[in-house]
Amino acid sequence: MKALNLIFIEILQAIVVIALAPAFAGWVDMLKCWTQGRTSAGVMQPYRNIAKLFVKDVVIADNASWIFRFTPYLVFGSAVVVGSVVPIISMNLFLAPSADIIVVIAIFATARFFMALAGMDIGTAFGGMGASREMMVASLTEPAILMAIFTVSLAGRSTSLLHIARAFASGALVLRPSIVFAGIAFVLVVIAETGRIPVDNPSTHLELTMIHEAMILEYSGRHLALIEWGAMIRFFLFVTLGIACFLPWGIAVTDNAGDIATSIFLMVIKLGVAGTVLVVIETGLAKMRLFRLTEFLGAAFLMATLGVIAFFILE
Amino acid sequence: MISPIELSIIPVVAFIIPVVFVVVIGNDRQRLIRMSFSVSALASFISVVAGAMAVAGHSVEQVVLPLGLPTLPFHLRLDQLSGFFIFVVGLLSFFVSVYSVGYVSGLGAGKPVKRLIVFYNIFIAAMLMVCLADDALCFLVAWEVMAASSYFLVMFEDGRSENRRAAYLYMVMAHIGAVLILLSFGVMAGVTTGFEDFSCYTFDAMRAAKFPLKWATVAFLLSFFGFAAKAGVIPFHVWLPEAHPVAPSNVSALMSGVMLKTAIYGIVRITFDIIKVFPWWWGTMVLVLGLVSAVMGVLYALMQHDLKKLLAYHSVENIGIILIGIGLSMIFTSFHLPVMAALALIAGLYHTMNHAMFKGLLFMGAGAVLHATHERNMDEMGGLIHLMPWTSAFFLVGCISISALPPFNGFVSEWLTFQAFLLSPSLPIPMMKLLIPLGAALLALTGALAAACFVKVFGVIFLGNWRGHSQHVVTEAGWSMRAGMSLASLACLCLGVLPAIVINWMDAISESLLNARLVTTSGVYGWMWLTPVDPERASYSGPLVLIGIVAVCAVTYVLLHVKPGNISRVPVWDCGFKKLTPKMQYNAVSFSMPFRRIFGFLFDIKEQIRLTPQRQHPAFPENSQYYLRVRDRFWGWLYRPVIDRVVLLSRKAGMLQHGRIHVYLIYSFVTIIVLLALL
Repeated sequence: MKALNLIFIEILQAIVVIALAPAFAGWVDMLKCWTQGRTSAGVMQPYRNIAKLFVKDVVIADNASWIFRFTPYLVFGSAVVVGSVVPIISMNLFLAPSADIIVVIAIFATARFFMALAGMDIGTAFGGMGASREMMVASLTEPAILMAIFTVSLAGRSTSLLHIARAFASGALVLRPSIVFAGIAFVLVVIAETGRIPVDNPSTHLELTMIHEAMILEYSGRHLALIEWGAMIRFFLFVTLGIACFLPWGIAVTDNAGDIATSIFLMVIKLGVAGTVLVVIETGLAKMRLFRLTEFLGAAFLMATLGVIAFFILE
Repeated sequence: MISPIELSIIPVVAFIIPVVFVVVIGNDRQRLIRMSFSVSALASFISVVAGAMAVAGHSVEQVVLPLGLPTLPFHLRLDQLSGFFIFVVGLLSFFVSVYSVGYVSGLGAGKPVKRLIVFYNIFIAAMLMVCLADDALCFLVAWEVMAASSYFLVMFEDGRSENRRAAYLYMVMAHIGAVLILLSFGVMAGVTTGFEDFSCYTFDAMRAAKFPLKWATVAFLLSFFGFAAKAGVIPFHVWLPEAHPVAPSNVSALMSGVMLKTAIYGIVRITFDIIKVFPWWWGTMVLVLGLVSAVMGVLYALMQHDLKKLLAYHSVENIGIILIGIGLSMIFTSFHLPVMAALALIAGLYHTMNHAMFKGLLFMGAGAVLHATHERNMDEMGGLIHLMPWTSAFFLVGCISISALPPFNGFVSEWLTFQAFLLSPSLPIPMMKLLIPLGAALLALTGALAAACFVKVFGVIFLGNWRGHSQHVVTEAGWSMRAGMSLASLACLCLGVLPAIVINWMDAISESLLNARLVTTSGVYGWMWLTPVDPERASYSGPLVLIGIVAVCAVTYVLLHVKPGNISRVPVWDCGFKKLTPKMQYNAVSFSMPFRRIFGFLFDIKEQIRLTPQRQHPAFPENSQYYLRVRDRFWGWLYRPVIDRVVLLSRKAGMLQHGRIHVYLIYSFVTIIVLLALL
């Protein structure tokens, strides 16, 4: 019975992640429309987009190789795998020990590696440009994200996501300076990793500002649907990863149905708030020039380093 | 039953057989190549078995050979550490020998294949001997044979002056290193007994001795910098990017994959086995040099567009990552934290093995590409994935592994190193607690930059369209080259997915050197979970991650293909602009442009754009020329002044030599008078 419960929770979480990710992306888009004084298409618009893309035919360039066709599946698959190890609705995930927080970041990096390769596969200038820029941003983000992780795992005495979340959830609600610094760094990193303003603009098709969009410019049909969906799941997961590390209160510890339901309800509220915060940042800032990103990501790295220093000096 | 040490001597002797073949059947080229590399492969395979048995056997065996000096015969010893390195050397030599059958046959008719076969075999035998040696003489003899044979392999195409220059530079660096190592042995032997007899030159005598800190430091610094010159630690790395590209690719694979590792073996042997007790700043120095090598190595690599040069710079990076693990282990050891030291040491050694596998694979792939295209410049390639599907798949495995991405092997060792970094709060010195995490950030930077670099390498060589001017017909590599590469790819995958089994096996090394074991197994399915330290702290399951991703991809694929979807292949959309040419693709130089902008201050960059304006309007230039030169700063900072001084000094000294006999007679006469006056 116990084992069945665990499998059920695992499957439930995967379904929640896959199904709710477009809604979260839609929520952020909707808020963004409102704050910019536009009419929005509603929370459900990403679902309609994906559904539309799935029924369309695939058009591929003549010289595309298997890497181009394989990448969408890998992007989607890796996102789903990560979705089943991050404690989102419950802290009793039997798959969670298979990947700690460093592995989670590395799985995302694998997906990005293939995405960049797919960008270079066709041999157009846009694809190469996107790949080059994406890898540049990634190489600057990686040290910052690692330092943020480092702070959290020093405080939680583990790199396992479950243990970090449990350690914080069971502790009292105190303001720890190290965690605050790490949290700020994490927010900056999430903005960079998920390609949002001021690092990248998800809704642009202007050649000079594209990063992510430039890489996937040649995709169409179900391939594009998978990539878009994968990117939404990735966005969703980065936010829930932040929640699990910094605000884990309310994630179900036991596996009875009531707790899980409360946990899902709390998750929706937290996501709603997190989305609002991101939209405020995004609307308040303008897209940065590519080579000013070093300052932005340098700031993230500095914050995370301050977190580590604060941990050793103050705690 | 034959004992591991006897089994490990057999291949050393067996490597002489191909040398005999050269004499006996030297005229039948194809048969010579096939037979001699088969024997090399077999001999390598025997040493793999011997090494594996030695590590698993938990025993130490010694043999004294009737060779060497009368008072100091060659001592050989096979313990877990040497067993491990013999395993690594043997494994890569096995793959490369299989590969070489096809590769060497495909070399041009005028190439000195016999010389290649002779020195190739002596080279591998010497590497095995370095790992087996148990006295200073035997070690140095093997070390020098290794250096000399690899010198002749680098000189393979000696018709070109740049190759001779590279080989010469390599020889000079190798000898500076060898002299330092020799001096280090002298210091240690001197402290041991005060030169009573030659037995103080055996490692056993040195192991038994207690070194005063002052002399231990001198010995350590000498040997460390001696080995660092061989390993290519920054700032001693300048020979690597010169020597690796000009050697034949199978030799580059061995030199980069395993010859550099003999230097790592030397460092571990001397610090952990012979000196044993040391202050924390030694480890800190190793750690800092490792971090500098890792970051600078990958940045220099990113700037290259010569494929083999790029891979050579990546060797600098990976040696840096290995030294990070070893340095951390030394720091933990000096604070008496054996379990943590074991974790860091295993991380370093695991990366040693991983790097041997993926770098060997990448150099083999590079050899296949060079062989097919006759090009070393990546900007003249492109789209090879359609022409060389197998090679490209194997090369991709190497790229993913070296970029430290799961589920392949590079990630496992980097993950272990991160775990070792995370244990640094146990150190008693507050300053180190603060600074060591920054090292982890640098390691993360290295990993991400390596990924960027290999997106560039794979993307430019294999993807897109052909950029080159030459209309050479490119064909897929032959079966033996594919076999060698597929074996190495398989090793990369296995080491990445099943690390728990390998680390369980390797634990014997840390047990013998540090008296500490890792907790690697938990529960019934121990082989699935990698849990160093303890399962609460961190865990990684390679098999589950791999199966998970494959399963989700497969399910998605099947679900999307229930209804037969339509895929139409069309020409690339050119935005209505009808002149899309392969020249418009991103190439290696443009790909690394953002990195040049950001990290440019670390390089000596000269960039020029010259536009020839058109007569009608200057906004439409007739043609443009782009010139870029990126150079190693160390050459100008460190080597150029030293070389200039040396040349100046020798010119001054040269004034003494006139070639006139009566002047020399006066010199001798003055010397005798001075000596008489002094004595």
